[in-house]
Amino acid sequence: MEEYGLIGWIPLLPALGALFNGILGSKLPKKLVGFVALSMVATSFVLSVIAVTKLMGTGVEHHGHYEYTPLHSVWWTWFDAGTLGNGAHFAVDFAFVLDPLSAVMILIITGVGSLIHLYSLGYMEEDPAFWRYFTYLNLFVFAMLCLVLGDNLVVLFLGWEGVGVASYLLIGFWYSDEDKAAAGKKAFITNRVGDFAVLIGLFLLFHVAGSFEFEALRQWASHISEGQLLDADGGMTSFAWLLTGICILFFIGCTGKSAQIPLYVWLPDAMAGPTPVSALIHAATMVTAGVYLIARMSFLFAYAPYALALVAIVGALTAFFAATIGITQFDIKKVLAYSTVSQLGYMFLAVGSGSFFAGVFHLMTHAFFKALLFLGSGSVIHGMHHEQDIRKMGGLKEYMPITRWTFLIGCIAIAGVPMFSGFFSKDEILWYALSNEHALGGPTTSALWGWMLWGLGAATAGMTAFYMFRLYFLTFEGECRADEHTKAHIHESPWQMTVPLVVLAFLSVVGGYFGVTYLLGGPWFGLDLHGWLHQVIGHGEALYSNRFGGYTVAYVTMAIAIAIAAGGIFLAYTLYGKPSEVPGQVRERLGLVYDAVYNKYYVDEIYEATLGRGLRAFGHLCHRFFDDFVIDLVLVGGSAWLMRLVGSVLRQLQNGDVQRYAAWVVFGAGILFYLIAF
Amino acid sequence: MTTIPLSWYLTLSAVLFTIGAIGVVTRRNAIVLFMCIEIMLNAVNLSFIAFSRFHLDHGGHLFSLMVIAVAAAEAGIGLALIVNVFRHRRTVNVDEVNLLRQ
Repeated sequence: MEEYGLIGWIPLLPALGALFNGILGSKLPKKLVGFVALSMVATSFVLSVIAVTKLMGTGVEHHGHYEYTPLHSVWWTWFDAGTLGNGAHFAVDFAFVLDPLSAVMILIITGVGSLIHLYSLGYMEEDPAFWRYFTYLNLFVFAMLCLVLGDNLVVLFLGWEGVGVASYLLIGFWYSDEDKAAAGKKAFITNRVGDFAVLIGLFLLFHVAGSFEFEALRQWASHISEGQLLDADGGMTSFAWLLTGICILFFIGCTGKSAQIPLYVWLPDAMAGPTPVSALIHAATMVTAGVYLIARMSFLFAYAPYALALVAIVGALTAFFAATIGITQFDIKKVLAYSTVSQLGYMFLAVGSGSFFAGVFHLMTHAFFKALLFLGSGSVIHGMHHEQDIRKMGGLKEYMPITRWTFLIGCIAIAGVPMFSGFFSKDEILWYALSNEHALGGPTTSALWGWMLWGLGAATAGMTAFYMFRLYFLTFEGECRADEHTKAHIHESPWQMTVPLVVLAFLSVVGGYFGVTYLLGGPWFGLDLHGWLHQVIGHGEALYSNRFGGYTVAYVTMAIAIAIAAGGIFLAYTLYGKPSEVPGQVRERLGLVYDAVYNKYYVDEIYEATLGRGLRAFGHLCHRFFDDFVIDLVLVGGSAWLMRLVGSVLRQLQNGDVQRYAAWVVFGAGILFYLIAF
Repeated sequence: MTTIPLSWYLTLSAVLFTIGAIGVVTRRNAIVLFMCIEIMLNAVNLSFIAFSRFHLDHGGHLFSLMVIAVAAAEAGIGLALIVNVFRHRRTVNVDEVNLLRQ
């Protein structure tokens, strides 16, 4: 590791921006507030580029792969509580480390973040709480950077919680609307459940490994022998189960932060926040924290095949499940929200299949095209004067050409059309899901498992293409279904909003060329994302390098996936590209099934009826017992009663009867006499 | 002729003192209260004289004279107080003189 103070500035600048705007922002002109916020993040981006360039320069060839020297920077010693009984040193530094994985992340966070800050200058222009918005946005970027740059789990967790707070503040930004405030609370509380699991996992890991720092943990993990994991008959030891438990706890945190089953319910509600927030937090960065965590801890997950199997199946099911809901929604942002949940499912499917690279690769391409899609939808909402229902849109291509073309590029990318970014990353995932063969006695050594995951992934891909193009056609093509008043005001968005759209569209096209799979003769142009990440994830991936199926299976399934995507697009065109009765007929024919899907399978209602009511009843019970009985009656009332009792006894010493006082004197004298004489 | 032992004098003194103490604590009439106080003082006097006789030390006699003088002064003042109280409250019953009680 090399000490390089510059990287400490990368999270510091947005933090300073947040402080500045938070304290002074309400008194300053909007232009200044916006400038400060944007320049802090943009400068962080420049610093990130410089730091990553330096990191690239440290590359040294090593066993056929490149090794890069991580760059390190310490702010201060956070706490140092001495040594524990088992020799572990309970100390944590507030320190950052830049290695290939965090390099990818900070470029995405500061790069896409800068674009979104610029976009927000246009989008939030008329909002009176402009300064508060940019304070929170900078705060978010700071927390996210802490999360990915932290050199130990505690700083990561600080960032993890910090982005949760920023998310809460930004979702409930227009808090005077009760529903929006409630959405913010829902996001934070749901995340908290996951955070609790992460915390327990963190404690257990420290207990077993003796350190919080990633470098130390990696060292510790590399010394774990197979003998510690498998006992004599090839079954798993309790140590192996403990590691599995820790990984599962971390994953539960990921289901919260990255919106997987069962804790995804906050994400669709989070659309209550301003659209740039949805783009930044709920598409490109915060929700990817879970994937980052698993990639960062890949060396640990590699020893827990059952945990990875769980990750893969939950990811695949979530991807499928969310896509089905996305098909039915009419709110432009809700479709994108369920799409995000679905695509995040893909990322977990990837890491769960042992390809941490494919998960991070899809994280990157998804950041580009999903941010693009959200910003595009924001542009539409802005131009349509805050209308979000696609049934009231249509024909917008005439009014908003830039938005229309960039949005279309985003749709093509997410659908997995070849040569665009989404195709490369999604196809990697499908291939690794199909071909994976878990080592270390895991549960998934059959081909059936692979085909099942692949099937879910491919079906989801078809649905993704379908609902995205449904969205595109209903919004931009056909007749404009808006009312006259709105129609008169539809306009293209200002440059602050369209420039980011164009930049992101460009990235959505070329972003895939960073990690072209070996099946297609990759890497192309010498861009090898997989090799770049090797020192972080290679150890984990090596344990899952057994892949069954050869090139033939790979190409056939690739062709099938492309065909499914094309089919989805074509179906969307026939149903929505031209006027058609079919959607209405399908809705009628499916009746109850359609209602269930449209109402998100009533998951929120189920949670409310079971957990919500149950917890509230429990709370009520606790209130009746602890507050009303134990505290009010026993402790408060009881001590008062006791005082009164003692008082009533002692009061009799002061009854004004002098003779009684004299009696006590005599009595006391008698006792003294007795003590002295005998 | 046999001498009366010292312990008899002291016993008598103690008994008298106790009788006086009980009287002070128990009796309601203020004048009777003062009489009991006098009994206590005289018991002490007896004790002093007894010791003085047996240790052939005149200090006991002297101190007794002082006690008598103090007792006389105290009785004078005490009775004056009682007369004043009687003028206001028409009673010498100590149980009823309790205006200062909470």
